[in-house]
Order: sequence, then C-alpha cells, then structure tokens
Amino acid sequence: MTTLSAWDLAIAALLVLLLAVTARDMYPGLARQLLVAALRTAVQLTLIGLVLKALFANVSLLWVGLLAAVMLAVAGYEVMARQHRRFGGAWGYGIGVLSMFISSFSIALFALVVVVGHDPWYQPQYAIPLLGMLLGNTMSSIALALDRLTQSAWEQRETIEARLLLGHSAAEAVSGIRQQVFRSGVIPIINAMAAAGLVSLPGMMTGQILAGAPPVEAVKYQIMIMFLITGGAGFGTLAAVRLGVRRLFDERERLRLDRLRVY
Amino acid sequence: MFEVESLRSGGRPPVSFRLQAGERVCLWGPSGCGKTRLLRALVDLDPSEGAVSLKGTRREQVPAALWRRRVALLPAESRWWAATVGEHFADPGAVPFARLGLDPQAADWSVERLSSGERQRLALLRVLAGRPEVLLLDEPTANLDAASSERVEALIGQYLADSGAACLWVSHDREQRRRLCARSLAMNAEGELAA
Repeated sequence: MTTLSAWDLAIAALLVLLLAVTARDMYPGLARQLLVAALRTAVQLTLIGLVLKALFANVSLLWVGLLAAVMLAVAGYEVMARQHRRFGGAWGYGIGVLSMFISSFSIALFALVVVVGHDPWYQPQYAIPLLGMLLGNTMSSIALALDRLTQSAWEQRETIEARLLLGHSAAEAVSGIRQQVFRSGVIPIINAMAAAGLVSLPGMMTGQILAGAPPVEAVKYQIMIMFLITGGAGFGTLAAVRLGVRRLFDERERLRLDRLRVY
Repeated sequence: MFEVESLRSGGRPPVSFRLQAGERVCLWGPSGCGKTRLLRALVDLDPSEGAVSLKGTRREQVPAALWRRRVALLPAESRWWAATVGEHFADPGAVPFARLGLDPQAADWSVERLSSGERQRLALLRVLAGRPEVLLLDEPTANLDAASSERVEALIGQYLADSGAACLWVSHDREQRRRLCARSLAMNAEGELAA
C-alpha cells in the first residue's frame, strides 16, 4: 500500500481551507464550523491512531473495554447534543446511551464471537473498528429518532391530549407519531443498503481494497457490516423510541412535556 | 355521585364540590381564573392533589384511560387526527349526526373541510359516543348560532336524562346558565369556588 506523507495530507487540507475562504463572506458562521470540524477530525483521528497502535501492541480486554466505554460515552453525548428538545436530567443522556449499549454492544459482541471468530475475540484490530461503525450509525439513527419524537410530541401536544381525553391509552395517542419517528431513524440505513455498490462504494470496503485486499473478500466484509449496522441501528432506534415514549408520559398516562428542555 | 374534595393543581387554591346523578351544574368566572385548569385536573390530564371519586371509586383505583372515558372532558378546541370524520368514531353508523343538524353522511367528510361550528358539534357527538358518566363541557356552544346551540342543549339534556350522567358546564352566558342549570358554581379570579 502506498503510504501518505504529511505533505499529501496538507494538500488535502488546503481544499477545506479553500472552501472556508470561499464561503466566508456569504456564510460566515458555517465557514468557522467547517474549520473547527476539520481540525477536530485531524486531532481526533491522530489520537485514535496512536491509541490503536498502542492497543495492537498490547492486546488486553481491559484496554479494549475502556476504549469501548469512552466511545459509548461520547456517542451518548452526541445523541443528546443533536436534540433541540431533550429530556431533562439524567434521561437526556441516559436514553441514548442505554439504547446504544443494548444494541451496538451486544451486536458487536455477537459479531466478534460468532461471525468473525478470531482468537481472542476482543482482538482490537477487529473489535474497535466494528464497534466504531456500529456505534456511529446507531448514534445517527437514535439522534434522528429522538429529535423527531420530542419535536413531534411538542408540536402535536393538543392532538395527543385530545386522544387521551377520549380514553385512548398513551400508546394509542402517539401511535401515528411513533410510526414516523421510527421511520426517520431507519430510513437512512435502508437507503444506504439500497444504494450500496450502485451509487456508493461503502467506506470500509474501499479501505480494504486500497489496502490490497481481494475485492470479493472486501465485499463479504462489507455485506456483513451492513447487516450488523442495520441490526444495531434498528434495534437501537426501537429501544430509544420505546424509552422516549415511556418518559413522555407518567404513570397516569399524562403527557409530560414539562420533562423536556429546549436547547 | 361525583365528589371532589380539596382538589389542588398548579398552585391554585383547593376546590371542593359534588355533582348528583343526572344533575347539571354551570361553572363560570372571569377569563384566566382556572376553569379549564380545573377541568383538566378532574380528568387527571394535569397532576393534582386531593380526592376525586366517582360512585365511591377514587380515581387512583381506576386506570387513567378508563377514568377519562368515565369522566369525559369536551375541550373548547377539538382536534382531529385521521383523514375522515368517521375514523374518529368506534361505530360511525350509530352516531346521530342529524340530531345536531349535520348531514347523516358526515362520517365520510374530510376533517380538512370542517367549519369551526361543525367541529364543535362533531366533537360533542364524539365524546357522547363514549357514554361518559360525568360530562365536563368547556363552553360547548361558543362557536354556534342560536339554532345549533338549541340542538346541542337539547341533545345533552336528553343524554343526561337517559343515562343519569352528571354534567359540569362552563358557560359565560348568563341566559344560558339560567336556562340550563338549577345550580351554578362561580370561580373568582383567584380560583376559589363559591356556590
């Protein structure tokens, strides 16, 4: 594989800089965000590169687990930060983290032990990228779904209460919203699967091919990953919607929008 | 039959009153004094303290959804979530649309084209279809002309006589109160009730 020099990266970075300068006058806020995000990418990826290097040299379940926990904590924060109206208190953070934990973690574990079957199963070369891809996609789906859920409940509060007043249960009163919310979380995954290979060549497969892997082997890995991501994001969204709906109502099936905070 | 004892919600003073079976009591008071808030607390839509019981059964003993079917609130503004009127009724064929001067085919109407008066009358039919034992009405004739108001009053009167349900009727119209209610409850600006 051809390795990249610092110069190669600097040339690519110039492109981002050029975009920021071009957009500066018309979209001043966005240009700044662009540069900050680009800087974050460079710093965060460099750090994880060093962490992975150390991890590969020193295979230990403890270190892999610790890194996984940090990834989960950050993903939980991202889910929370992407919501305009979010649950107050520990729930705002907890719903996302819990949903991602039960879906992404168990599916990553299942894939490592049953599907990949490397010895030891926590070999960081497999475990960390796999968990990262699962968490990243699950995070996006859960964030979309929860944002849609709280926003819809807020906008349609009078309709929800009208149904409660007619003696409908909380579940019936939000059934329509629930359909759309779950859909908004899962549609990106369905689209990604539908376009895979025809429009987009997924990143992991591309990476393996660049690294010299035979295309058919890379494709097999990619198909597995797509299915795992679908499971992770789908079950994660199911759990998040379920927890979110439960938290929207109290034990007397009252709509409790006072539990939401606006950010 | 319907007993409310020291009911408190949202920092308002405690409220107590009773309704007899088949009785219709009017509630009135200045705008913003807490009438709607009281009705919402009675159906347990807002958290509240105090004892509310129906025929000796306290509200905590009944699942919330069932309580709201037995003690039904008709809010001032109605909401319609499905495409047609009929989808909001369990049995659209049994709804007496004509009794309120509506087209007998009203079940097929699209909710988009309903006027505010039609919505108000249909919302009353919708709440009566649940056969509530206590009927809480928040200005049920506010958007209606005289003829429609008369039909609404007659239909509610007959429902109460047939079912023995009790009714608390919020009305700003002194004539209407005199006409409909032998007993009235007045709420002052602080939210206190007086007979």
